[in-house]
Formats: sequence, structure tokens, C-alpha cells
Amino acid sequence: MSGQAQGRQCLCERLGPAFSDKEKRKGGIINTIVKLAKTCILRLTVCKLYFILSDKVANGGASMWCELSQGNFFDEFQMEGVAAEHNEIYLEFVPENLWRALKTAQSAKAVKIKLTNKHCPCLRVAVELPSLSSCSRIVTHDIPVGVIPRRMWNDFREPSMPDFDVSIYLPVLKTMKSVVERMKNLSNFIVIEANLSGEMNLKIETDLVSVTTHFKDLGNPPWASEDGCQSSGQGRDLESMAEACIDIKKLQQLLAGQQVNPTKALCNIVHKRIVHFILLHEEVSLQYFIPAIA
Amino acid sequence: MKCVIAGGNVKVLGRAVHSLSRIGDELYLEPTESGLSLRAVNSSRSAFAAFLFAPLFFQLYEPGSAGPDTELFRCKVHMKSFLGVFRSLPSLEKSVGKCLILLKPRASRLVLQLHCKHGVTKTHNLAFQECERLQAVFDTQRCVSRLCAPARLLAEAVVHFPPTLAEVTLGTGTSGRISLRNYVEDDAEPSKTMVTELWLAEDEFQSVAVAPGSHITFCLKEFRGLLSFAEASNLPLTIHFDKPGRPVIFTLDDTVLEVHLVLATLSDLDSSSQCPSTNGVSHLPAPPDDFGDDLESYMAAMETSEGCSEGPPSPTFPLRTPQPAKSKPQQQEEEEEEEEEEEEEGAVPGTPPHKKFRSLFFGSVMTPGRPGPATTQEVLAEDSDGES
Repeated sequence: MSGQAQGRQCLCERLGPAFSDKEKRKGGIINTIVKLAKTCILRLTVCKLYFILSDKVANGGASMWCELSQGNFFDEFQMEGVAAEHNEIYLEFVPENLWRALKTAQSAKAVKIKLTNKHCPCLRVAVELPSLSSCSRIVTHDIPVGVIPRRMWNDFREPSMPDFDVSIYLPVLKTMKSVVERMKNLSNFIVIEANLSGEMNLKIETDLVSVTTHFKDLGNPPWASEDGCQSSGQGRDLESMAEACIDIKKLQQLLAGQQVNPTKALCNIVHKRIVHFILLHEEVSLQYFIPAIA
Repeated sequence: MKCVIAGGNVKVLGRAVHSLSRIGDELYLEPTESGLSLRAVNSSRSAFAAFLFAPLFFQLYEPGSAGPDTELFRCKVHMKSFLGVFRSLPSLEKSVGKCLILLKPRASRLVLQLHCKHGVTKTHNLAFQECERLQAVFDTQRCVSRLCAPARLLAEAVVHFPPTLAEVTLGTGTSGRISLRNYVEDDAEPSKTMVTELWLAEDEFQSVAVAPGSHITFCLKEFRGLLSFAEASNLPLTIHFDKPGRPVIFTLDDTVLEVHLVLATLSDLDSSSQCPSTNGVSHLPAPPDDFGDDLESYMAAMETSEGCSEGPPSPTFPLRTPQPAKSKPQQQEEEEEEEEEEEEEGAVPGTPPHKKFRSLFFGSVMTPGRPGPATTQEVLAEDSDGES
């Protein structure tokens, strides 16, 4: 990737001794992302980190936006972007590498992540592990990254909330996951439908069999109507279902990556267009968009 | 040959077989006066393992009688068949009380009999082939460097590397630290390959007697098999190594058991390199001597020590292409050299051509004072079959 911004970019994040809890959480995010795509964009700003997957054909049109506050994860965070008015860094990396590096850091005393550029830009993750000897063990992982030049940053803007027809809380993810996993064996596509009475159905249909799982009393999030049009279906029939047929694998991947139950999990359905999942944990918010199959 | 293994030793034998199964497809059984030896070699002759169980290991050990003209009977069996008998280690532990191994020269089958709980006896009759002695030539005394560590330390070190990793480089830093790094092939794309390096302090080892600044690259997969055996038996592991290209020898020692694993190492012809990292791609220089505990100072040291960079840092890498190992500078045994060339020329499908691993020398070993085998004197017949 171009060297345009390399000279000015340096990044240093350090997790101190009392961070093991934080590390687990960070590992949790990476765990989710690993399941979703082979490469991912990491955007760093002064206060936040963003993991972005843009809807390339390779992803099957699905896209993801995940943001977290650096203060919740790092004891020390220094960053210097390309220029003062563009104080950000965009990196492309392979989530599996970062996941492997952090996996071994579960019992670490300290972890330090630095963006370096020896022979090619790398995220150097250095982990200090406890050992029986007087010196700690040090493991370093050099993860090659690609630096995204500023002219391409527009490709990775935050997606806007779609004008949805129905918004509904998801059922317990563990249940949903096991249902979807079994359905995946039968069909490549799944229909998600839901209404404003807290009802959701997951349906698959093939030549031989059709299976529907019904969820009730899920609840619908009350979106505050800023200008009246996003309100929870003003004038919309409460029983009427909005549906979208999506690639079941994408849904399964999203659910498979969830280890911990989110504080809030909901989805917005735009009838026959797109399903927008929002998963909120204490310090992390994850949005995942799966387009409907035509 | 007849031997009986009882109690917990059955599981030890099972684990040994599992370990050997990571090496090769055939298990060689060689009963000797000093015990029963189980051996295996891999198809490219770059890994050899031998487990020697002393007579004390057995409840009953009868190697058979060797007459003045005959040797003790040797044979080899399919690894899969032998492993099948010991496949489930937990069930071996739970239900098997005794294991009998019976090998009669004129019999057509090797008999493995497991005496289990509730009066159940499982008898396995395995087909076998007579064979020459399988022996790699190596000498731990000639190795310059030696490390001894509890198996647990090495197991904990190896966990940082992905299970699919093929080769790993073991290096000795100037400050006495020992490093392990994943080996990146020359033709791998450097901007796509993740490099992991682990540094261990000298005092984590039981003994360290190494030449500083040395390094060897060997196959991790074959080593893992021995490592899990060592961990389970709680035995310290000794690593003997020398220059790149010379085999690395891992040994485990016990009163009733002696294990050797010999692996070929990658020969690296630029032996004049100052820094331990000679993969040619990513250069993580050894931390300076005053490398403290502190992660900060380590990172700072990484930043400042540029001494080993190969050239201007540019996106295209100055690649080092080691020449083929044919022109080895030092050759002690002529035979070895010939064997090398033979092996290289004969290196066909099984041996990836770009790997410069040197094959170990295999030949029939003449024990002094005994007449040599009546049959062929040169390399095992199986070799030529395997390579044609």
C-alpha cells in the first residue's frame, strides 16, 4: 500500500497489568470478526477504534461496522494520523492473525501493540507472559497490514440506518444460533420475518421440506421519532410481517461469533431489501447488514 | 520374541506408538538384548524416531535367541494397523490390564494380545515384513549445543504457533535467551505472512550449553508428536544441535526408556550471518544484552536495533536464495555426501524440491564383532522402492 501516510503514522496501545478482563473482551470482538470475513479494515481515531467490512462482492454484499472506545480497552493509547485535520489511520488486516496473536495473550502480564514499518507495515503485538524464571517470556507477533491511503477513506464511511419497516429485539442468541445451524443443513437461504407485535419467524423452504420456527413476545424497540417518519410504524399494521430472504451462512456466521450475550440485540428489517442487525455490548457496538437475495 | 507389558506401561507403549505415528507409515520392531526398540522414519528420510524400552519395562521380556548365524528377528508393520490396537488411550488405561506381543519368525503374523477387564481378550494378528535394521547415523556428542528443558516449557512455547505450521526456527541469542520463530519460506509473500517469535530466558531451562548466535530450522509437526509424549511422561527433553543442516536430536531419558528423535534441519548456506534471524524475510533482531523484563524497553530495543537489516527498507524484499545444498562446504564422511547426492537426485514426489532439508544417512549398521547380515550391505531395500 502507498507510503503516503506512513511517515507520520505511529500507533502505540498498551494494556497494563489489570487488563486481563479487557483482553477477554477484545478477544471476543476479534472472535466475532474472524468468523465474518477474511480481511477487515481497522480505523483508528483518537478516541475510538472501528472494525469495518465493506460490502464487497467477496462478502456476499454483507457489511459490518463495529465501534469501540479505546479507553475501555487500553491503558495507554497514542495515535498520530496522517495530518492534523485527518487524525486517523486506516489499516487493512487479516483478522485471523490478530485473533491468533491475542489468543495466546489470555494470561499475559501486558500486551503492547505498535504499528511499525520495518520492511512492510506491520502491527507488532508484543505479549509479556508470566514465567517461572526471573525474566518474563516475550512473544511477538508481526501481523502484516496494509495502510489505506486517504483518498480511499470515503469507501469506509459509517453506513446510515436504513428506513426500516420493522424493528424487533432478537430472541436469545444461543437459541437462535442453534436453530439457524440446523436450518443451514437444509437450505442455503433463510427468510426472516417479523412484525411490530414482537413476533418473529425464521423460515426455510426447499422442495422436500419447509421449516418455520416461531418466536413470540420479543418486544419492539421504541425508536424515538425525530421527524416522525422513523417512528415505530406509525400507521403500520401491527400484525403485518416485513420479511427478507437472506443467505443463511451469513446469519450463521454472525451468530456463531457471539460468545457473550449482548446487552441489547435487535434487527431492523426493510421489507425484501436488507436486514440490519445491531448488537450492543457494554463497550462495543456491532452493526451487521445482510442484503436480501433478489 | 515374546514380551508382556502390564499395568500403566501399556498406556506408555500406546503413547509411544502415537508419537511414532506422527513420523512414518511403518513401525519397525527390533528386539535386542538391551530392550525392544520401536522405530519409524518418514518418507523423505528427514525424520527418524526410536523408542527403546529396557527389559525392566516389561513384565516378561524374551527377545528370542540369536544363533551364531542368525540375528534377532526384526520386522516392520503398517503403522495404521499397530496404531489401531492402541488408538484410544483412555480406554487402554481403563480396561487393559496386560498386553502381550508375540513374534515368531516362522509365523505369518505378529500377535498383539490385549488382556482386558471382565475376562475379555482382544487378539490382533498383524501382517509384517522382515526388514533390515533401520538406523540413522547421528552422534549427540558431536553436537555443539545442548539444551535441556522440562517438556512443559516447550509445550507452552509451541502453543503460540498455529497447529498447521510446518517449520520452526530455534535460535540462541547473544544474551543467553532462546528464541523460537516460525519459519517463513523464501518464496512466501512477506507482506502476507505473519511472523511470531518467542523468547525464553536461560533460567527457564534445566541446562543450557549453546553456541551463541546459532540457529536451526526443523519441522514442527514431527516434533509435536514427541513433545506430547514427553509432556505426558513428565520427562525433561534434551535438544542437541549443531550447525544448520546438521540434524537436531531430541532425547528423553528414563530408567526404563530411551527415546531419540532425529530431525533434519534446513541448511542455510550463509553461515557468516551475524544475526540469528536468517530467514531472509523478516528480521527481528535479537534483543540486546540489557533486555530487561520490561516490555517497554524491549519494544524500544526493537525500534533502535537495526543492525541486521538486509538493505534499504523497501516494499520489495531483497530475497536471499540459498543455493541447493549440493555444494556443502564441510563433509565429514564421503559416504554421507554420496548418499546426499543420491537422495537429492532421487528426490521425487515425496520430497518437495525446494526444501533443502538434508536427508539423514541410512545404511546398514555393522555391529563390531558380529558377522554382517547375509543379505545386502547397502541401503535398505525399501529405500529404492520408496524412491522409484
